[in-house]
Amino acid sequence: MQSAEEMIRTYIAQNILFSGNGYPYSDDASFLDEGIIDSMNVLELVMFVEETFGVTVQDQDIVPDNFDSVSKLAAFVRRKLPVAA
Amino acid sequence: MNDAKGQALPDFGKNALELDVATETGRIVDGLRQAVHHTLHRQGAVVGISGGIDSSVVLGLCVRAFGPERVVGILLPEGESSPESVTLAHQLAEQYGVPTVTEDISAALVGSGCYRRRDEAMARVFPDYGPGWKAKIALPGNLLDQDTLNVFVLTVFSPSGQEFTKRLPLREYYQIVAASNFKQRTRMAMLYYHAELRNYAVVGTANKNEHDLGFFVKYGDGGADIQPIAHLFKTQVYQLARYLGVPEEIQERTPTTDTYSAGSTQAEFFFRVPFEILDLVWLGSERGVSSTRIAEALSLSTEQVERVVVDITRKQRTTAYLRMRVIGMDGAPG
Repeated sequence: MQSAEEMIRTYIAQNILFSGNGYPYSDDASFLDEGIIDSMNVLELVMFVEETFGVTVQDQDIVPDNFDSVSKLAAFVRRKLPVAA
Repeated sequence: MNDAKGQALPDFGKNALELDVATETGRIVDGLRQAVHHTLHRQGAVVGISGGIDSSVVLGLCVRAFGPERVVGILLPEGESSPESVTLAHQLAEQYGVPTVTEDISAALVGSGCYRRRDEAMARVFPDYGPGWKAKIALPGNLLDQDTLNVFVLTVFSPSGQEFTKRLPLREYYQIVAASNFKQRTRMAMLYYHAELRNYAVVGTANKNEHDLGFFVKYGDGGADIQPIAHLFKTQVYQLARYLGVPEEIQERTPTTDTYSAGSTQAEFFFRVPFEILDLVWLGSERGVSSTRIAEALSLSTEQVERVVVDITRKQRTTAYLRMRVIGMDGAPG
C-alpha cells in the first residue's frame, strides 16, 4: 500500500508538474518557495486530500504549516486520519 | 541610521511613495501622445470609465494628451453595477468636457450566459441561492495577523438579509470566475468597437497593484493598446487624481470590484491589506529595504511585513500567465 507521501508526490507530479519523471523535489521542499504550487494548486491539493483520504479540510487548516511540502501535507493527513498510511 | 559598515542607509518612510506629480503627469502625457499618434497611428483615445479612481485619472491624462475633442469616455454598466458608478462617471466626463457613450452590456451578458453560469455554480455551494439573493467572493482578509493562503470564500445574502459564508470548492471557484469574466471581456469588445469606429486607441486603466498582482481579466480589462498607469501604485494614482482635479467624490470613494451582486472592496476581494500598507511594503521590498526598516516606517511588526512581501511574491507568480505574451511555435510570437 502506498504511503501518504508517495500518493501526494504522484498526484503533484502528474497533475500539477506534468512531470514524466516523478516528483523531482525532496519531501521537505517548500511548495510555495520553490514555485511548485501556487494559490490555485492549493485548492487542488485540498480537493485531492479530501477525495483521496476522506479527510475534511477546515478553513483554518489551509495554512503553510499543513500545505507547504510533501512532508507537511502527509503529516497533516495523518493527524486528521490516524489510520492513514 | 547606518549599516554594519557605518554607511548611512537611505531614508525610507511613508513619504517614499510621493511623486513629483507635475513631472510624472508630463511624462505620461508625452508617452500617450507618442504611443497613440506615432506608434499606433491612431487619432485619439477611448477610455472605459467606471467612476473609479483609476479610469478617472486615465481620462484626465488623456484629456491633457489629446484634448477633450479626441477622447471618448465609454460607460459600460450592467444589471449588477452600482448606480453610483454611472453617476460619478458622467460627473467626471462633464468636468473634463469629454463626450460619453453609455453601452449597457446586460443583454450581452445574458446572451453569453454570464449570470446563469455563475449562479449555477453558486447554487451548488448554497442550494438555497437563487433570484433575489446577492453574493460575493473574497480572500481571507487577515494577512497581517495570520499566515493564511489565498483561498476564496463565497458569501451569499438571502433576500431577508441572512449571510452565509463557505470556502469555495475548486470547480465552483473556476466556474464562478470564468463566468464573471464575461463582464470584463464584453466591456473590452465594446471598447474596441468604439475605438475602431473612430480610429482611436483603447487606453487601459490598470494600476501597478492590479497589473503586477494579476487583479485583471486576460483580454478583459487587461485588453488595451496602452496602459499609462500600470507602473503606479494605487496610492500614487490618488496623488495624480488630486493633481488632475478628479472630483472629490471619486477620490473619496472606496475602490470596489463592482463585479459581484453584493458589494465588496478591492482590499477584501483580492489585496488583503489596505493600499497604504501594501504599497509601502512593496516599494520597500523592491528597493531592497529590510523588512525591519519597513516595519518601523509603518508601525508594524517585521513578521507582518514579511507576510505581505510573501503574499506579493505568491500573487505575482500565480498570475504570471496573465501577463505573458501569446506563445508561438519555433520561437515566433503567436
